[in-house]
Amino acid sequence: MEAAPLAIDVRGLRKSYGTFEAVRGIDLHVTKGEVFALLGPNGAGKTTTVEILEGFRDRTAGDVSVLGFDPARGGGALRKRIGIVLQETAVERFLTVAEVIDQFRSFYPEPLGRDEVIDVVGLTEKRDERVGRLSGGQKRRLDVAVGLSGNPELLFLDEPTTGFDPSARRSAWDMVRNLQSLGKTVFLTTHYMDEAQHLADRVAVIVAGQIVAEGSPANLGNRQQLRTVVRFSLPAGTDSPPAGLAAEQADEGMWRAETMHPTVLLHALTSWALSAGVELETIEVAPPTLEDVYLSLTGPELGAS
Amino acid sequence: MAIRQFPYQNKAFWRNPAAAFFTFAFPLMFLVIFTTIFNNDTSTLPSGEEVSNSTYYTASILAFSVITACYTNVAISATSLREEGVLKRIRGTPLPGWSYLLAKILHSVFVMAILVGIVCVFGFVFYDVDLPARSLPAFLGTLFVGAASFCALGLACTAVTPNIDAAPAISNATLLPLLFISGVFIPIDAAPGWMKALGDVFPVKHFLVATFEGFIPPTGNRAGWLPGDLLIVAAWGAAGLVFAARRFTWEPHR
Repeated sequence: MEAAPLAIDVRGLRKSYGTFEAVRGIDLHVTKGEVFALLGPNGAGKTTTVEILEGFRDRTAGDVSVLGFDPARGGGALRKRIGIVLQETAVERFLTVAEVIDQFRSFYPEPLGRDEVIDVVGLTEKRDERVGRLSGGQKRRLDVAVGLSGNPELLFLDEPTTGFDPSARRSAWDMVRNLQSLGKTVFLTTHYMDEAQHLADRVAVIVAGQIVAEGSPANLGNRQQLRTVVRFSLPAGTDSPPAGLAAEQADEGMWRAETMHPTVLLHALTSWALSAGVELETIEVAPPTLEDVYLSLTGPELGAS
Repeated sequence: MAIRQFPYQNKAFWRNPAAAFFTFAFPLMFLVIFTTIFNNDTSTLPSGEEVSNSTYYTASILAFSVITACYTNVAISATSLREEGVLKRIRGTPLPGWSYLLAKILHSVFVMAILVGIVCVFGFVFYDVDLPARSLPAFLGTLFVGAASFCALGLACTAVTPNIDAAPAISNATLLPLLFISGVFIPIDAAPGWMKALGDVFPVKHFLVATFEGFIPPTGNRAGWLPGDLLIVAAWGAAGLVFAARRFTWEPHR
């Protein structure tokens, strides 16, 4: 990890709008070839951050390097090497998919092949359809195709699946994985937990302009150090479980226990049930989900700070 | 760079047939209406020439075509490109934003040239209007100066237009009164002095006068050039360009 070349290197980035501080001193490091997700609730500073990296916005303070360029001054030399997918579709409605891709390819010195671009985003069947007649999901995929047409080393995806139905999200995810197999570095922002979990090699969680956690989806927020939750129910009229289990009565007649050592807890629970002749009617063992981590990180206490 | 974008602009334009049709039909409608209302009458041109009203209106609708195809069209389409985020997206590519905008403007001028051709042919066929021959260079040169200046003023208008809903209102509200006080629709011989003086301040009247001169050159000026008026039009255009360069923004305002 130490030796891997960085595509994006951000240190101490700050951005203020008047007296409002949208980004409050963040550090980000994205390695070449990885899919990096900046995850956070709406208004957390995701778009401000990504637009600074894209060169659309000035920063108030901090050092930013994108492919070795300062994006505020990179100009055409940087823009040849990055692809940008903004939150909103913005192309000529009366052109066809193939024409829009050709138009954008014409801006770049070494573009990807037109059919290849269209194929990667799964729009081959719609290549001669006018943009205005595409569905929302197809338009979004066209957006990604436009961002890819210059064969960028680094692709920015700002909330690529917001407003999608579940099947459109699945195919968008497949598409992002295709990009990864092409060796692209992908920087995506999202407020969907599962999206970050499915797509990203690494995730940073941003809340109120600050990074509150960073790591692989499996390790984020010390997820492996969170307690496993065991829930079970007992037949009516049964005695309470032994105090050693530290189980509490939860809703709908369920008992609930948290543990760092689920094997030990389950062993103690089932031993007691066998010896007492009690049938455990239901039993659930739930590892902490990324959603739990996310909610604990983005909870109201932190959001208000 | 801008030239390579032209074919895409052109395809997009013709695939919206309703918009294309009315772009061309609108000035012709005015030509027919005004020549019908003021039938068999004559008007005095600023140069002192007495001409039939059909000739007067063919020339003034030519000037009107240039002004709307450039000023109004550029103001509205540049605002729409900005507000839809097209300009922002282009700025994220190696293509300079102004290059894309220039392609759009060149296309507006191309549409204007077609429109000028249509109005000339219409006037010639239906109203027996004489087309300029000896003064052709002055006629085309005048249209060129007007096109460039009104495109620049269109960009200046976009720079002060906050959103797309306001674009037609602002461009028309700034233009229509000037069209009337400059004599584009109704000759202003009978208008009070202050109104004529007010019209003299703005570029529309000077462009109209120069277009009349190029289209119907008077005995004293067979070449048809009016450099003084063209200079005022060009000065307005230059001022519009400077204003646009300072105030134009590439991102949506909303």
